[in-house]
Amino acid sequence: MDTNKLIDLLIDDPRITVTSLADILNESEESIDGEIKRLENDKVICGYHTVINWDKANKDHVDAIIGVQASSERGFGYDKIAEKIARFPEVSSLYLMSGNYEFFVSVNAKTMREVADFVGEKLAPIEGVSGTMTMFVLKKYKVHGVALDMESEVKDDRQIVSA
Amino acid sequence: MIDYEKIQAKAALDMRPSGIRKFFALASEIPDCISLGVGEPDFQTPWSIRESAIHSLEIGRTKYTSNAGLLPLRTEITNFMARKYDLHYDPDQVLVTVGGSEAIDLAIRMLVEPGDEVIIPEPCYVSYEPITTLTGGVPVHIQCTEENQFRITPGQIRNALTEKTKLLVLSYPNNPTGAVLRHEDLVGIAEVLKDTDVIVLSDEIYAELVYGNEKYESIASIEGMKERTIVVNGFSKSFSMTGWRLGYAVGPQKLIDTMTKIHQSCIMCSPTTSQYAGITALKECDEDIKNMREEYDFRRKYCVRKLNEMGLHTFEPRGAFYVFPNITSSGLNSDEFCMQLLKKKNVAIVPGTAFGNSGEGFARISYAYSLEHLQTALGRIEEFLHELKGEE
Repeated sequence: MDTNKLIDLLIDDPRITVTSLADILNESEESIDGEIKRLENDKVICGYHTVINWDKANKDHVDAIIGVQASSERGFGYDKIAEKIARFPEVSSLYLMSGNYEFFVSVNAKTMREVADFVGEKLAPIEGVSGTMTMFVLKKYKVHGVALDMESEVKDDRQIVSA
Repeated sequence: MIDYEKIQAKAALDMRPSGIRKFFALASEIPDCISLGVGEPDFQTPWSIRESAIHSLEIGRTKYTSNAGLLPLRTEITNFMARKYDLHYDPDQVLVTVGGSEAIDLAIRMLVEPGDEVIIPEPCYVSYEPITTLTGGVPVHIQCTEENQFRITPGQIRNALTEKTKLLVLSYPNNPTGAVLRHEDLVGIAEVLKDTDVIVLSDEIYAELVYGNEKYESIASIEGMKERTIVVNGFSKSFSMTGWRLGYAVGPQKLIDTMTKIHQSCIMCSPTTSQYAGITALKECDEDIKNMREEYDFRRKYCVRKLNEMGLHTFEPRGAFYVFPNITSSGLNSDEFCMQLLKKKNVAIVPGTAFGNSGEGFARISYAYSLEHLQTALGRIEEFLHELKGEE
């Protein structure tokens, strides 16, 4: 099975049906189903994401990116402190970075107050965290490769020509 | 009252209208019609190319260029041809044109006088014949066959040669069949032409879209052929730049010089913005070409498999973005097949006959569409075939 192509097709459209995948990849539906389950079990596929433009959804939503300065631990490096940060449900992404901040934490919350509480009461007190810098997201232009709210590119407007 | 029929040049009036256009004029009247007919890429022009065009406008590059085209562009064209096809030219041997189409027009008009014969292997793209007849030339058609994967043979060319033969058109990778000539074909053709004054017009617009492990080989790279070959290529298909109208011709200096003379009288120069975009395309976009080719290749295999599974024998094309299924098992001829498919299932494909008489029994399907679109359209063709069988 062309597993890389299967992954490409799922990235492109996670809602694509097994029937459709079987047709495109010339495989049985059972083997497509089995391969997807295997990828999920092996944590190759870790989730299916829906991209939301929160400005248009009728729901309170605030995103913040927080730079975190932290010190590493002998024998564990940054892994232990990273795990502590990552376990908070408010944290949507966590990256170890080069540069002035060790971590970049992305946080989703309903209000700015919630973000402030998270930083002040949960993140900053973690042992080993020596400083934070909180940046609120004002507007999102592109998320997971999807352009939001930009003038969209023209759809198929190819004309009838003699080619 | 002016009799407009009477005052027009006979050669212009008699030009054969395009069968592609004729068919799609009908298709456009049918609501919900889905098409597999378009002969241009579905990908957007890569952003870096568009961005460099925008930049050229921002800094005010809005004037004519030299007639032959910007020197940096012509230089990049020679680099590209050396890198990709092992063809070595001087930038002075390059003429930048308004699409490959203009280069074809110029080459034919530069060479062909009334009564001269132009050998045109069919099925083929629809513009060689009308331009030939417009100059008073005589098109000599050679029929390529499915048995030979739609490749012209050296023997067929030898049989078609006369004292009046001026030009041989080679159009590979081929629109509509997807055929590509093999090395031995090229050597054989070179052998036939070596002691003649016949010039080859090699339309290589699809040269970047060749699938499998073999690299595209140009007739001009065969010994003795560079001096008798005008290579036409362009940006439309390889870089998804159809609307930019940018192509080029390379060949023997004296022929390119005369083509440039015609070009400067009727065109002046190719669009300046497009020329700057072209430089970026040639310098920076090998990876974009590769990605597009991989996607086309996947769709190509998908289409060939599906069409064969549903009973339309389809040979595996090695280039371009078309498949050319044999539709004779349906019991219909090309025009009937495409017309009924259009009326019953609202799917538009092009009858093979639009590309010459040897296209009878075939239809052209373009796979310059998303997989989802191809799935829907091929699904409808399958239903159509089932219903035809049911009627028997």
